[in-house]
Amino acid sequence: MKVLMFGWEFPPHISGGLGTASYGLTKGLANFDDVDVTFVVPKAYGDEDVTKVDKIIGAGDISVAKRNVTFEDIQKKIDFYEVESNLIPYVGEEEFYKITQKKVKAQTKLVETNEDGCLSFTGKYGVDLIQEIYRYSLVARVIAQDNDFDIIHAHDWLAYPAGIEAKRISGKPLVIHVHATDFDRSGGSVNPKVYAIEREGMEVADRIITVSNLTRNIVIEKYGIDPNKVETVYNAVEPIKKKALSINKGVDEKIVTFLGRITMQKGPEYFIEAAHKVLEKTENVRFVMAGNGDLMNKMIMRAAALGISDRFHFTGFLKGDEVFDMLRISDVYVMPSVSEPFGISPLEAMQADVPVIISKQSGVAEVLQHAIKVDFWDVNALADAIHGILTYPSLSKMFKKHGRVEVDGLEWKHSAAHVKKVYEHTIELVKA
Amino acid sequence: MKNISIYFQIHHPFYLRKYRFLDIGNDHYYFDDYHNESEIQNIASSVYLPNNDKLLSLIEKHKGAFKVAFSISGTTLELFQRYAPVVIESFQELTKTGCVEFLSGTYGHSLASVVDKIEFERQVKQHDALIEELFGQKPTVFCNTDLVYSDDIGEQVAAMGFDGMVTEGAKHILGWKSPNFVYCNSINPRLKVLMRNYKLSDDLRFKFSNKDWSEYPLTAEKYISWIEDGSPQEEIYNLCFDYDSLGKHNPAESGIYDFIIQFVDLVVQTDAFGFVVPSEALQQHQTVSAVHVPYPISWTDEERDLSSWLGNDLQNEAFNKLYAISPLIQTCQDVEVLHTWNALQSSDHLSYMSTKWFSDGQVEWMDNPYESPYDAFINFMNVLNDFTIRLEKHTPTKQLEDGIGRLKKIIEDKC
Repeated sequence: MKVLMFGWEFPPHISGGLGTASYGLTKGLANFDDVDVTFVVPKAYGDEDVTKVDKIIGAGDISVAKRNVTFEDIQKKIDFYEVESNLIPYVGEEEFYKITQKKVKAQTKLVETNEDGCLSFTGKYGVDLIQEIYRYSLVARVIAQDNDFDIIHAHDWLAYPAGIEAKRISGKPLVIHVHATDFDRSGGSVNPKVYAIEREGMEVADRIITVSNLTRNIVIEKYGIDPNKVETVYNAVEPIKKKALSINKGVDEKIVTFLGRITMQKGPEYFIEAAHKVLEKTENVRFVMAGNGDLMNKMIMRAAALGISDRFHFTGFLKGDEVFDMLRISDVYVMPSVSEPFGISPLEAMQADVPVIISKQSGVAEVLQHAIKVDFWDVNALADAIHGILTYPSLSKMFKKHGRVEVDGLEWKHSAAHVKKVYEHTIELVKA
Repeated sequence: MKNISIYFQIHHPFYLRKYRFLDIGNDHYYFDDYHNESEIQNIASSVYLPNNDKLLSLIEKHKGAFKVAFSISGTTLELFQRYAPVVIESFQELTKTGCVEFLSGTYGHSLASVVDKIEFERQVKQHDALIEELFGQKPTVFCNTDLVYSDDIGEQVAAMGFDGMVTEGAKHILGWKSPNFVYCNSINPRLKVLMRNYKLSDDLRFKFSNKDWSEYPLTAEKYISWIEDGSPQEEIYNLCFDYDSLGKHNPAESGIYDFIIQFVDLVVQTDAFGFVVPSEALQQHQTVSAVHVPYPISWTDEERDLSSWLGNDLQNEAFNKLYAISPLIQTCQDVEVLHTWNALQSSDHLSYMSTKWFSDGQVEWMDNPYESPYDAFINFMNVLNDFTIRLEKHTPTKQLEDGIGRLKKIIEDKC
């Protein structure tokens, strides 16, 4: 079975859970001898390793790089296409503006390829973003024409138009994978353009995969999709490779960590309010908010207003090993997301033996038993859970013991096997 | 003649309210009154009162030939007194027939017996005093929380003056031996041990309503034939279940009441069988041998041990921290403090922290107010924290504090 997969990010450039998920899933699928994946992503950075590139094909003014990606522990390669584009996932208008501005300075190449010369802030999703998505779908047409495949798999809304285009050209069935909807990203104030693209993708798709039942319900209720068409496949987590070296913690206190984008979706303000409550009662604890995002300055102000800045720290964006190191010095990991379709990061925390508190409004809450689950808005419950883990030693002990076993059981190959079944089922359905 | 002895256990805990750590030091009320009241009133009217009515009419019908025993925890009786006093009156009516025996037990349905001899004895005394006050009986047979028993516990129970004790006829203890005889404690043979026939008991408790069970539907004739089929030497059949096995776990529609009525009729009619209460069983039957139980057993779960209460780190920490404050309590006379202390010891609070159910997903049978064992643990520990702080304030633990207190007093006197 040949799969043509459209994503929007792939290691090493990852800005959100989607890149991690599509990497894990592709790797999981590579375990099957009878599944071949061709992966297409828009290339936004230009600093990827080009030594492995086989050939470059062009489509109009869009250059496409093809290379082979080899997974370390699996003796199998997948075809990998990079489409040059300004497309960057998970960004609202503001962030997109900032990133592209930066790039103009750093990379003249982008300025040259940009027809408009400069980017203007429009107050809505940039025209450019929508334009990029359709540029991407044009490339999809070329790739779909040049390649032979049995099924198309598109990840999240930026890739849906590409998937639709490929389906239109080839007549092959389309599976779309919903890692998040605009309802999650926007906190309710949905962008009509994005909604339209999402809905079109869902309607055209022959089968829809959602990362949790939470997301499945959104797809059914908010997008009016037939429940029979939608199936949940839970995400998993890559096993950690590196051996833990001893790390110098620097402070004696226990550390409670929030790690993620500081945006409304992630609920950072609930973390601060809970921290305030815990600090009123508990000494010997510090709180860390790691990451950045549009609410960061507001959060710094809030922490200062509450008078807890001496115990509440902001690290800014952490990358690569820094994330793992941060987790390892943490005693509690908190994910108070307002709406989290899945949420892989608590699983990574559990791999680092850190007890986790997650919101009930997260998909990962559906699969985890050894985690404390609270409503994101219930600051008292959150504070209570943090205090409990810090104060009663057997809780951490239990979480370490059982959490590790539980998280090790969540493997991508299981998710991939499930996805493969969805493929087979979809192909049969379309034939019949 | 083969004797049949029926025991009903009744226990309800005081549910704890959602108690946040921010409440520690600020708010000293721990109980969820609404939940307690509604549950007790509900089960009183739907189960206990109808059950008592049916037992009363059976006893009256057979003019003393039908007898039962009850093991009711002190917390349960307190809950009845507060929220459904009519249940107490109903039991008093039953007691007047002379065919009902109350067994001794722990006041809080606690596991004090496995860890704290002093507290264990205090609770038993408090329980039996309440039984005597309400029903005018001085229990002579002891029935521990969920039939928990070990050689050591039996020895202590004997030392407390009881003639006998009821426990689980656990397979891993009895092996080839039959539960249908009277045994004795291996350290002090004067304590007789009655063994629950778990097969016959659980057939009624868990299987009676199960339509997939190979023996469904169970009739009184069939049930009696199982007893008849046993070895002719066998003497005493101890059938123990929760009282809500009738009416709740096996609802009236299942035919459980008709079954009981027929069963009692049949037993009374035949000369081969008779009903006895536990104290009579001890008098009528000789002990056949000692039973060796080095580690505590109970009637709970497949394992018949303590693992559903003390099976993980959470439960052990909560349990150890709870009994760590026991010495502070023993000098305490405050009614409210004692009430809280008894209520916190109910084994239910530990059951809610069990992680055993994660594997088989078998949670429904338990009225568990918590979403996860972790929630249960945190809530319990917060309450215990506050309670401990209060106790320590009232009863200075360290000699140093005592000394300072004395010095202060001297200074005050002199001023």
